[in-house]
This record gives sequence, structure tokens and C-alpha cells, in this order.
Amino acid sequence: MENINAKYVSQKISKTRWRLVSHASLQQPDVFATGSWDNEVNKISFWSIGNHGSSDMDDGFEGDPQLLCEHKHDGDVLDLQFLDQDRIVTTSSTGAVTIFRLHQNSQTISVAQRWPRAHGFPCENAPCTGVVCSSPEIVTVGEDGKIIVFRADQEGVIRVIENADSSTIHAVTYLRTTEILTVNSIGQLKLWDFRQQSNAPSQILSLSGDRVPLHCVDRHPNQQHIVATGGQDGMLCVWDVRQGSTPFSLMEAHSAEMWEVRFHPTNPDHLFTCSEDGSLLHWETSTSSDMPSFLQGGRNNSMISRSAMAPAGGNQSLINAWLSGDSSKGRLETTHMLPSQTLSVNSLDVLGQCLVCGTDGEAIFVNRQVPV
Amino acid sequence: MEEVDVEPTVTVNVHTSPPRCFHSLLSSPSPLIPLCYAICSFISDAKGSGCSFIHEVRKDEDIYSPILRKLFNESHHIFVGLQTIREDLPSKNKKNQFVSISKNYRSVIRACMEELQQVAVSTKEAAVATQYGNQVSILLAIELIWNLCEVLFIDAAPAGSLLLHLLDWVRLHKADVDEKAREVLQSESPAEHRDYWDVPGGNQTLTEFDVKWRHWHDEVNRCLQDNSFASNRHLEIICKILAGDEDTLLEHKELLSTWYHFLVTRLLFSHPTVKPTELHYYAQSCLTMFLDSRSVPEPLDNILLAAFEFDIHQVIKDCSIALNNWWFVAHLTDLLDHCKLLQSHNLHFGSNLREFLLLEYASGLFTHHSLWQLAVDYFDHCPEFGHVYLELQIERVPLDTERKALKVLRICDQRQMSEQVRSICKIMAMRALRNNRLGSALSWSIRAKDAAFATLISERFLQDYCTRGTFSDLDLIDNLGPAMLLSDRLTFLGKYREFHKLYGEKRFGEAAKLLLSLMTAKIAPRSFWMTLLTDALPLLEQKEVIFSADQTHELMFCLEELTSCLNASALGSPKTSQDEDIELTKVELLRLSLARNLAMAIIKEGTVEA
Repeated sequence: MENINAKYVSQKISKTRWRLVSHASLQQPDVFATGSWDNEVNKISFWSIGNHGSSDMDDGFEGDPQLLCEHKHDGDVLDLQFLDQDRIVTTSSTGAVTIFRLHQNSQTISVAQRWPRAHGFPCENAPCTGVVCSSPEIVTVGEDGKIIVFRADQEGVIRVIENADSSTIHAVTYLRTTEILTVNSIGQLKLWDFRQQSNAPSQILSLSGDRVPLHCVDRHPNQQHIVATGGQDGMLCVWDVRQGSTPFSLMEAHSAEMWEVRFHPTNPDHLFTCSEDGSLLHWETSTSSDMPSFLQGGRNNSMISRSAMAPAGGNQSLINAWLSGDSSKGRLETTHMLPSQTLSVNSLDVLGQCLVCGTDGEAIFVNRQVPV
Repeated sequence: MEEVDVEPTVTVNVHTSPPRCFHSLLSSPSPLIPLCYAICSFISDAKGSGCSFIHEVRKDEDIYSPILRKLFNESHHIFVGLQTIREDLPSKNKKNQFVSISKNYRSVIRACMEELQQVAVSTKEAAVATQYGNQVSILLAIELIWNLCEVLFIDAAPAGSLLLHLLDWVRLHKADVDEKAREVLQSESPAEHRDYWDVPGGNQTLTEFDVKWRHWHDEVNRCLQDNSFASNRHLEIICKILAGDEDTLLEHKELLSTWYHFLVTRLLFSHPTVKPTELHYYAQSCLTMFLDSRSVPEPLDNILLAAFEFDIHQVIKDCSIALNNWWFVAHLTDLLDHCKLLQSHNLHFGSNLREFLLLEYASGLFTHHSLWQLAVDYFDHCPEFGHVYLELQIERVPLDTERKALKVLRICDQRQMSEQVRSICKIMAMRALRNNRLGSALSWSIRAKDAAFATLISERFLQDYCTRGTFSDLDLIDNLGPAMLLSDRLTFLGKYREFHKLYGEKRFGEAAKLLLSLMTAKIAPRSFWMTLLTDALPLLEQKEVIFSADQTHELMFCLEELTSCLNASALGSPKTSQDEDIELTKVELLRLSLARNLAMAIIKEGTVEA
């Protein structure tokens, strides 16, 4: 916890994302974007932590995020994602979807494209709650239960799935290039295949038991069938979408809503979650033996696991560390990453060894030496 | 609509003298909109025109300033940390902790001040520079007072080290304001003379030091008598100062720009072993001597004087009047209360002073569109009235998005405010219903465990079915899960859908049983029975017998019950003859089908299998 710096920024942060670094270079990320919420005038801002090429920066103060530029944003920033090096997509509580462009040389931001009422109800605004993009395609979801597909340089919408859900869709993620996964406020995961013309999901998964709203979802970077979700009760669920309709493991993570769950993009044995209760947890699994599959058959540390039947046959080496199985050789460690008593941590992002998160206490925390 | 900033009447002299300006705007930041509006109407707007524009009333400018917001957030963090200090620590440790917390607060103030200062000097607009300059001055004053309170009350330095702390205090604030004079003052600054003797607190007792000091003082006086410095005027002045000669000190008033600097200097040279209880004599006399040119002391002077007199309540009272924001007094009082320095006398309006100030501050915060979340923690730590205040305020937070509603609900949940949970969920559910988001509405009523609303939603579904013939939102109804049990109507909806699924899968026997149980177990509302019986028609008309004889009897019984009810009610309600015809036809068809089915069932059950 010594490596974490807090910076007070006079705006409640709803989302923060690292700017993508090219995979070729092993650079640590140096720029991140934040979006604010609940302000009279909301903003998106770009910050730099000055990590240009120099490794082992041990002086805490030099790493203080510096504001590069900011731009007014209409409505709360509910979700934010980098489209490419220079452009970000944001979704707003007014239902608008906007693409902003960052001009590197002049350090200014301009609006590149805007769809002002992408999501909406007939008589009022519907907040657009989630976005995911894989340039040039952008997929957004909202409180109106619609899924909309855009293309970055085209004016209109490409496809709308009306009434995709009778409740609010909280988050969306890509499963494959033509498949997405959404989570909603009655505790269901729905798979949508864009190759099909019908407006019905190709699969619905849900928890047995109470219909707890799910707020966030993230897919394992390497294994496309493994998905982690977090919901209102703070439980972390790991699902295998190929098998069955119930999660493979459930873990008690937080005492309040979990707002974001992220697998580490290059080291997926590490998972990060943040919550309304003000904590940010770093989950680390490992297999301690040569057997790649590890299992928590019963209770282990802070984890309550409810295992379905073991994955039928299949190559042992493909069985993921996050799923339950039949031997308890592995372990799961959880560490708190923030000093206690912060207000809700709304968002986090992790890339390389750097972690950034934003809170309702109007603070941004950056940790540049995450042990992964 | 023109926005008018309420311009406070301010007299300010930035950077030339210690902070003497205070906002004399007396409106308190509590939400007294009519009072504020009345005050606004007396203050002319910036352009001085007489037109009646719509004024945007802003009670408390400070909380809207982006740099000052950091002050509120950081101090909130420190405040919450202070509340959780364990009670069972030994008092010496606690005192150190309180001192360090006090220093934390002060460092937050200084950080804010520096940032404001940077903006004030770098901006090109004069108005902004003035405004920020004002804020810097106020923060300077606040820090001055806080530092003095820390020295006198929290740290409670005894005689001997008291003077050292006061020296530090003066030097710190002197350096802030008067940098040019500092070089001149260095030569005459007390620091130089520190080297002349060991300060107490090291390895000497107070009396030892006192004796040594008296020796030295006598020596200085002797030098003066001897006129040993008569040749050099400057040296003589220095010698007089060292001897503590008041007149000489007063002659150099411009260098000691404040009376408290004069006080500390005088004490340094004449009474270094001053006791805390004696301070106020010297303070009063120094103030009088220093201010002979001016008629009346400034509010800041009065506050400092009250502090020297150890009259904590007077300090707090004067600060509350002089400043337009409760931030300072609330946090300082809370800290002093933790140090057990405030006598707890109850105020007329219930609760003690600390709680009153915290409530006022938090209420002001709650009016801010963003900082209301901080206020919740302040209310939490007001044991007597905090809960009530929170209950009243939390319902007024505007809920634009579901995410905000969820956060407010979490706050209510954690404090067992179930009334507020129900009402917020109801608002969100109604909104969802209005926009035809039945799934959302259901999820809100599940959250609130609101059976009545769940019934309402089920009614909507059933109405939809009756008008359209199909269910909408199948993804919701098919996956109700345990939520089905929330209300009877919802259970019926789930079961009815199940019936349709069974029928679709051609599992007629189970479907028939389910349908019957819906009526006999009284799960179905009476109004829906006709529809259910009509649904039974295709089952009755199948080639093979699905309903057994007993079941058919039960169906007939239900039909009779229904028709007798309808007849009874039909007398009252006017129906068109067309409707009546349709009703009659339906009933007749049903009776016919039931009779035929009964016949076939009896035959089938009576037949002995060959």
C-alpha cells in the first residue's frame, strides 16, 4: 500500500481507463482518462503519470497524475472506453454516445462524433449504461433495455435490438468478435450472436436463487468461455458459458455493490474488483503443482465455492484456474489495495503494473507497482 | 436567466498585512432559502441595473469552488479517521494522535492555500484574482487561529515549551505574509539569540533555566547602564530589545506587523518562562499598546485574544459569527471535543455544541449536488439528531440515474432506514413502469420487498396478455425464480406462464393439472377464471381424454361459481347486448365441452382394459 498515491481532483470519478499501449513495446501505460459524475458540469479528463520509458520510478511524488486536458461532458459519464490511441467513446446519463478525440500535439480534446439520443424513452431520457468497442464497431446498452451497434465513422446506427431486455442492462462485453454478453438488473447473463438476425439472445444464464442485479462483467483474456461478474450483493461469480446455466464458483467479495471487475489483460491469474464499500481487492490464484487444474472443493479462505459437476473430460491444460474442479491444490489470495475508509470506489483499470481507480471521495489512486 | 453571484462585502488588503478580512455576510449556510433570497434582493446585482432578473441563489459560494472542494474532501477523510480512534488508548498516545490529526488538518488547509495562491497570481482576470486572493486570506486567518488553538489547547504546552511553540507559530505566519521584511527581521529575529542559552525541555528544569535567564538578563541590563554600546546606535537598539524594553520594541512596530508578534517578542525577552495562565494579561496589554492608533480591534484580534484567555467557547462563537462557512468551527470543535476540552452544556435547541455545528455544516453540504455523500458520514457521527436529519435529507437527493439511486439505497440500507428504502424503490419502480420497463419495475419491488407493487406489475402483464394474446417480456416471466413468491399475483403469473410452456411442449396432462390447481387453490384471481376456462377448451376438445371425471367435475363447479358471481354482478353493471351474447356463448360452449368430456371420461374410467 505504500506505492499508492491519492490525488484529489474536485470531481467524483465514475470511470477511469488506461490508454492502450501498443503490444509490441513493453512500456508501462502513461496516460489515463477519467469521467466524472454528479457534477453540475461533468468532464472527461486525460491525465499523465509521466512513465515515459523509465522503469523503476521510486519517487512517489513524481508519479502524481498531471492533468493534460479536459472537456465538458453533457450528463454523467456512465462508461468510457478507448477506441484507439486517440479516441475515446463515452456514454452519458442523457442517453448520448460521444466519441472524443485527443489531439496529442496541442493537448486538446474535441468532439469527433456524437449520437445525442441513442438511448431514450419516449418521454424522457434513458441513461446509456455501458459501452464496449472493437474499432470501428461500438456496442452500447442502456436503461431502456436496448442494444445498439454503431460504427465509428458512420452517422446512423448499424443495428438496434429493441427490447433486448425488460430490465436495465448494466454492462456489456465482447465474448467473441461477433458475440457479446450483457448483464441486467434481474441477475441474468445473456449471450447475443450478431450473425443471427433474430432479436433474441442465443443463451440466458442466471443464478439459481435470488435474482440479484449484476453490475459488471469481464471476460478472461485468453479463454473466451470464462466470464466473471459482480453484482449488488458484492459476490464475485465466475461462469463458464459453455456449460450449464449456473456459475461455477461464487465468492464473497464485498459487503456492498461491486462496480467493476477486471481480469489483468496479460496476467489473467490476477483479478481486481472494486465496490461501493470503498475497497479494492486484488485476487490472485495460483496452481502450486504441475497439474494445471486446481480446485477448491469446499471452503477455502474467503471463498465459498459452489461447484457444478467437473468439466466433462477435456484437456486438463485448458481447465482454468478460476473454475472449481476436483483437487484442492491451488490457492486464492485476496489483498486490499487501498487505505481503509474511502468512499465508494467506482471504477478501476489495470494494465501492466499500473492500477488506477477513482472514488466518490473525489480522489484518484494510482499504483505503479502492482505485484503481478 | 441571469446568474448573479452574491458579492460579499469585503475589505481586503492582500499581502501587505496579516489577514484582517472576513466576510461580513451573516447569512448562515443552512437551507433558509427565503431568508437568503431576502438578503439577495437587498444586494444589488453586479451590473447595478434595476431590472428584475431571475436570481440564482447561492448560499455558500465556497463549496462550489473547485479548489476548496479538495479541502472538504480531504478534511472529511481526516474527520472519519478521527472518529474511529480507539477510546482505550492511554492518554499520552491519544494526545499525540490528536496533535498529529490537528497537523493534518492544517496541512490540508495550507495545501489548499498554496493552490489558490498559484491560481491567484497566474490568472489574468482581475475578478478571479481578487476572489481567490480573498479566499487565501481567509484560509490564512483560519490556519493562524487553528495553529494557536493547537498550541494552547490540544498540545497544551506547559510553561517553558509554551513560548517555543508560540515562537514557531508566529514565525510560521510571519513568513507567510511578510517576506520582504523577513530579511531585515532575521537579524533581529529571536532565532539568533537561541544560541545564547539552552532552551528548557532539553535537560534542564524550568527553574534552572529561569535562573540562568535572569543572570543573562541582568547582564544585558548592566551593559545598557554601562553604555557599552553607546557608540553604535544599532547595537544599542539591539541591546535594548534584548533587555525587553517595550518602548524600543514599539518603535519598530512596522517590522512587527501584528500585535501577537509583538506579544511573543516581548515575552521572549522579558518573560520566557511564561505560564499558560498568565498569557492573557500580557496579551491584553500588548494588544492595547499596539493598537493605540486604531480605535477598535478586528474580529481576528478578538478571536486570538479569546484564545489566549483560554476561553474556547468564545473562540468558537466569534469564529462562527465572523466566517460564512461552518467548516472551520465544525471540525475544530469536533477535535476539541475529542480532546475532552469542551464542557458539555446543552444548548437550548437540544444536543451539544459539537453536534450542533456538525449538523449545520453537514446540512450545508447536503445542498451541494455532489458533496452530499460526505455529509452522510457527518450525520452518522452526530448521535442525537444525525439520524433524523439524514432521514429528512436523503429523500431529497435527485435521482437521475439508476446508479445514483442504488448508491442512495445502499446508504439507507446500511442505516436501517427502511421507510426511505421503500419510498425510493417505489419512485424508481413507478418511473420504470411509466416507461414500460416491467423488468426494472419488478427488480425495484423485489429490492423493497414491496408485495403491493409486485401485484401491480403482474396485473400489467396479465392485462397485456389479455389484450394481445401473448406475453411480453418472456425473459422476465420465465426466469422469476424465488421472486415469484413475493406476491400472489406474481406467483399466478409465473404458474400461468408455466402452463403455457407445458401446453407448448404438449405435456397436456401436467398442463391440465396445473390449470385446475390454479383455480382450485385460489391462486388465480376470479377475474381471470374465464380466461383460464377458455384455455381449458382446447384441452377438453382433444381426441383423447385429458381431464379425468373428477377434474371435470371440479371444472364444472368452478364454472358454476363463476357464472353465479357474474350474474350477481351483472345486475349492477350495464353491458351491451353484444358483450352479453359473447359471454353467454362462451358459457354455453364450455358447458357443452365439459359435458362431452365428462361423458368420455366416465366411459374411459369405467372401461376395463382388455
